[in-house]
Amino acid sequence: MNALEINDLNKAFGGLRVTSSVSLAVAPGERRLIIGPNGAGKTTLFNLITGELRADSGRITLFGRNLIGLPARQRAHLGLARTYQIITLFPRETLAHNVTLSLLGLSPLRWNPLLRLNAQHDLWHKARSTLASVGLGHLADRPVAETSYGERRRVEIAMALVQDPKVLLLDEPFAGLSVDERRDVLALLTAIPRDVTVVMIEHDMDVALEFAERITVLHFGCVVVEGTRAEVVQHPRTREIYLVE
Amino acid sequence: MNLWLILAVNSVTLGGLLFLLSAGFSLIFGLMRIPNLTHGSMFMLGAYLGVTCIALGLGFWTSALLAGLGVALFGAVIERFVLRRLVGAELAQVLVTLGLSFMVADVCLMQWGGDPIAVDTPPLLRGAAKIFGLAFPMYRLGIIVIACVIAIALWLLLERTRLGAMIRAAVDDPQMARVVGIRVSHLFTIVFALGAGLAGFAGVIGGPILSVYPGLDQDMLPLALVVVILGGTGRLLGSLVGSFVVGFLYNFGQAMFPELAYVVLFLPMLIVLVVRPQGLFGRVPL
Amino acid sequence: MKPAALVIALLLLVAVPFWVGNSFYVNIAAQILIYAVLALGLNVLVGYAGLVTLGHAALFGVAAYAGATLINAGHGPVVVAIGALGATLIATAIFAVLALRGTGLGFVMITVALGQIAWGIAYRWISLTNGDNGISINTRPAPFGLSLASANAFYWATLVVFLITVGAMAIFVASPFGAALCGMRDQPRRMTALGYNVWLTRFLAFLFSGFWSGVAGLLYLYYNQFISPQTVALSASAEALLMVIAGGTATLLGPIVGAGLVIIMKDVASAYIERWNFVLGAIFVLIVVFMPEGLVPGVARVWRRRR
Repeated sequence: MNALEINDLNKAFGGLRVTSSVSLAVAPGERRLIIGPNGAGKTTLFNLITGELRADSGRITLFGRNLIGLPARQRAHLGLARTYQIITLFPRETLAHNVTLSLLGLSPLRWNPLLRLNAQHDLWHKARSTLASVGLGHLADRPVAETSYGERRRVEIAMALVQDPKVLLLDEPFAGLSVDERRDVLALLTAIPRDVTVVMIEHDMDVALEFAERITVLHFGCVVVEGTRAEVVQHPRTREIYLVE
Repeated sequence: MNLWLILAVNSVTLGGLLFLLSAGFSLIFGLMRIPNLTHGSMFMLGAYLGVTCIALGLGFWTSALLAGLGVALFGAVIERFVLRRLVGAELAQVLVTLGLSFMVADVCLMQWGGDPIAVDTPPLLRGAAKIFGLAFPMYRLGIIVIACVIAIALWLLLERTRLGAMIRAAVDDPQMARVVGIRVSHLFTIVFALGAGLAGFAGVIGGPILSVYPGLDQDMLPLALVVVILGGTGRLLGSLVGSFVVGFLYNFGQAMFPELAYVVLFLPMLIVLVVRPQGLFGRVPL
Repeated sequence: MKPAALVIALLLLVAVPFWVGNSFYVNIAAQILIYAVLALGLNVLVGYAGLVTLGHAALFGVAAYAGATLINAGHGPVVVAIGALGATLIATAIFAVLALRGTGLGFVMITVALGQIAWGIAYRWISLTNGDNGISINTRPAPFGLSLASANAFYWATLVVFLITVGAMAIFVASPFGAALCGMRDQPRRMTALGYNVWLTRFLAFLFSGFWSGVAGLLYLYYNQFISPQTVALSASAEALLMVIAGGTATLLGPIVGAGLVIIMKDVASAYIERWNFVLGAIFVLIVVFMPEGLVPGVARVWRRRR
């Protein structure tokens, strides 16, 4: 059974087709990279998978479970997590609070108006250890507003990881990072255990290629090339797309 | 039958007055994306200014124009010195207009006292006209004419002048308008002043029918809101149609369902907001 | 707030009838507490959920009108309370379902429309609400047989309700539900992707907010012994919002301070300053422009800088 399977997915805004008969299958534990020029529909694809956008037609299944028609919030409960291209954290809160809030999203405690959040030590402990695993343990009590861009990118990843997802969608995790920061994030991502399937969108090729096992290339909303890293890198169509751009 | 006819004419009159009140509100909302909660107070301020001008011996029409200009100037000052400081923070701007409405209302109370002031019908439009054997006050018919004149003038301004083109562009897409070189912040001041001036002018025009009293602002503001929600923001045609719809809803509602008069008025507004947030005609979604 | 400061504040509040002077001021204090309950309830929506509403006076009014109707029909205080608060919750639920169709400005406008419909009913449905003449009552409840007819007694009863409200708010804010609500204020899209049900959380928060506004409305009825459509007008909702914004939405103290400011301006300063409405509006404008986070955080900020 595939971790994530998409069949003939379509989405159009008026006359503009942003996703065109997209099909792909990601095996459990795989590291898949989705690339393509700007406007190829990569983030749209993620939005369709998470349910923030409703597809016009097609199927999406997560470990065999159909996602079409399921509201976005329920997909999170099935083990789907994502990070965002534009950082969307809670700036007034500490890093630990941000990650705890992420963890709370899956917990029945989120409906509880009587207990003290600060007293939920299990949640906070898990949040802090996830922050430590991304190298931010020492900043756990710092407000997000007082952290650097590179640190915030890692908080984004921590927020996704803390939910113990089965499938993790990373939307341009390296965007805007310095060379050193990219090395750090790559190490972090490489250390993710194999029981998490990772699908990454990236624009920046060098670091992303090191991570990927299989690559899907999108262009104008269609899948144009797919295969192992070696196959795709050498494929004439890939070069064509990137040279023209 | 006669009752319905009279109600109908009164509704059209009220519609005309509401158009004068709400056209400015709609433009401000459409361009600046804020419901100007000071608008009712501007109507009232204009009415009071008109009263003073008339008392000084200036004619009715001169007073109406002067009052409109006075309130327009006031509007320009507010926009330039208060609202412009809060560009981008739309909620803050709404709240500020709320605070300003308190201030204006109190100044009016201080200056003109708490008793209602009647405004005499201008000599030109006294008496009644006989139509279909019924007598209609000339002034009420006059308001309809004035509203049409202003509507045409505004239409010409928006559709046939450069300023109008800039306003329409900025209503449709403020970012793009800036990119092509339109001084959007200047437009804001001009449109706010224009809207305020129209409201002030409308206050005087409405004087002979509504008279002027403390609380007039709170009576008129919700009506302007309903017109704009029903008719859409930033669209002249929408304001026109919305005004007449509200005029009819108000009068017929009072006559037919006195107990639910205001429900009849605000329920359509609610329905439109819930079902079609951009209003029946408008293009600026809330 | 530090525990020592809290204890002092509590003692001062309890001792109000003794140090404040005459019963006129005790009544003012009771009014401040009543409106503080309203402001705290309103702040659940404005401050924590991030949903500004200009229709909250309607919920305040529903409780008062329902209470008045039940009292005049001869029912005892328990039935009155259940009936009034029940009616408020139903009205709140209707408000919430309709208003939550919009966000931001749309939400505000829908609450305005709903508030105006409520006001219109209060003003015009004379057989139900007695219209502009309002409804009078002439009792106050007598819990455990203690009469609340005197200013002092009523003040203390109000203080008890106020303290319960503050306690409820403190628990709410510190809870996971409260944290979730604040998260939705800042990043609703993200919260949905994290597994939260944003609509339902906001709906429940709305009910919580409406409930306390209803409590305030019932208290007001017992205090004032009279309810009229003026209490449900747009200006009343605006004043409630003013209280919350002026004091600051981010703390529990903010709405309380804001309520105090507005009531003192209205009922006390009005005796000395003729143009208190103007001053109130001016204060509001100044706060929004220069201290948008409100008085309590703004003053705290200035204080910290002085050190």
